[in-house]
Amino acid sequence: MAIKSAMNRMLAVITAILMSTSLFGGESHEGETEHKFNVNEMIMHHIQDAHEWHLWGGHDGTSIYLPIILMDGGIKTFSSTHFYHGTPMVAVEEGTGKEHEFIAGVGPAEGYAMYHETIYKMDHGTLHFEKGHPHNAAPIDFSITKNVVSMFMTFFILILVMFSVAKFYKKNGAVAPKGIAKFIEPLIVFVRDDIAKANIDHHKYKKYVPFLLTIFFFILVSNLTGLIPLVQANVTGNITVTLFLAVCVLLVTVFSGNKNYWGHIFATPGVPKALLVIMVPIEIVGVLTKPFALMIRLFANITAGHIIILALISIIFLNQSAAWGALSVPMALFISVLEILVAFLQAYLFAMLSALFIGAAVEEAHH
Amino acid sequence: MELVTPDLGLLFWTGLVFLCLLFLLVKFAWKPILGAVNAREENIANALELAEKTKEEMKALQAQNENLLKEARAERDSMIKDAKEVASKMIEDAKGTAKVEAEKQMTAAREAIQSEKAGAIAELKTQMAAFSIEIAEKIVRQELSSDDKQKALADKLVEDINMN
Repeated sequence: MAIKSAMNRMLAVITAILMSTSLFGGESHEGETEHKFNVNEMIMHHIQDAHEWHLWGGHDGTSIYLPIILMDGGIKTFSSTHFYHGTPMVAVEEGTGKEHEFIAGVGPAEGYAMYHETIYKMDHGTLHFEKGHPHNAAPIDFSITKNVVSMFMTFFILILVMFSVAKFYKKNGAVAPKGIAKFIEPLIVFVRDDIAKANIDHHKYKKYVPFLLTIFFFILVSNLTGLIPLVQANVTGNITVTLFLAVCVLLVTVFSGNKNYWGHIFATPGVPKALLVIMVPIEIVGVLTKPFALMIRLFANITAGHIIILALISIIFLNQSAAWGALSVPMALFISVLEILVAFLQAYLFAMLSALFIGAAVEEAHH
Repeated sequence: MELVTPDLGLLFWTGLVFLCLLFLLVKFAWKPILGAVNAREENIANALELAEKTKEEMKALQAQNENLLKEARAERDSMIKDAKEVASKMIEDAKGTAKVEAEKQMTAAREAIQSEKAGAIAELKTQMAAFSIEIAEKIVRQELSSDDKQKALADKLVEDINMN
């Protein structure tokens, strides 16, 4: 009953806000210069990696320009400010006549251009587009991007926290935990008992606990730092990062695989020889789809969370009225809190499924 | 498309960060932490086991104590019984000995009294005889102090004889 009445009240408030803002909204952007707000572009920009750490403001707002490292016949390093404060240019796509905005680098970035955070080599002073994508050569980009900086942060947070926990035990011996150890230990024991022990044969699980712990905490901290305003790098929502983690799991699984595991793949017991021609490719695909699913699951979940929050915040800018914040801010807050749950859940799922795959690879035959 | 296209540079940095993290955490964090946690769990398990064992031991000890107490009680009872027996026997013996001794003493006393009595009687007899003779002598002397009397006596004696 209480929930229902609260919801009714909330609906009334929202309706009132909607009505008032549509009035205000109608008046306010009448005289302003039409600057079209592209939600799609804004969201895509935010969930992708960047060469700058944008803090606030528009084009002339506050940013930390991160170093760019290019492998292009030798290593070239310079600040990304030479792109972000470079020369805006427009290239017309041949055939379709579609226009593409990009930035030509200045100073040390001379001769390079940045289009959607990807760096290309300019050819005859411009980029050549074909089917919406530049066809210019691209140098290998080893830049310290926003995601890399965020990963460094994750690295230092984990080192700091885990080393202080380890120090506590080194100093006090095997005693009841206190301080930060009291907070971290349940998570470690959880990973050991409910993730590793529960899914891997109990004679062999010990070997994999450190790997699973590292995976779990790396994903967890990356997920959480991605939710902090101003940090908000989409590390675990980046396909490259999840690809790497999934490949790690694949390698551990493949190298842990025992006779029983490979036997099931290349000579599935109880299957006629003729059918093996079909079964073996299917089994091999099965080996690959498991980590592939891990990669997609983490990437999609974290990216989706960021997209929902950004979309809800966009409501304000689409309507060009701060009053809409009364609707979008509580909703974004709700999703943010949900994302904290998702951060833990996805870290748990990734580690748990990794343990499951490893467990299947080291399982002894029991028929 | 860019969203799902892996980036080589980022892959390199991810790998570098993750592998460094894996190496450092495994070597300097997970090993000591898991070691301490495992050691503590083992300690707790051992302590619990020990407590259980101690409980068992206590139980056994208690039973043993009970037994000991029972035995001690039985021994005490038997000892008291023995002591009582010994005491009563000693008393009995003492009584017997005392009786015999008393009897002996009594006999000796009786004998002594008897012999004393006999002695005294003999003495008395002797004394009496002496007294009697003295008295008789005195009487005789008086009787015979005069002729008349001598004659009277003679007469009387004759009379006595006659009568006999």
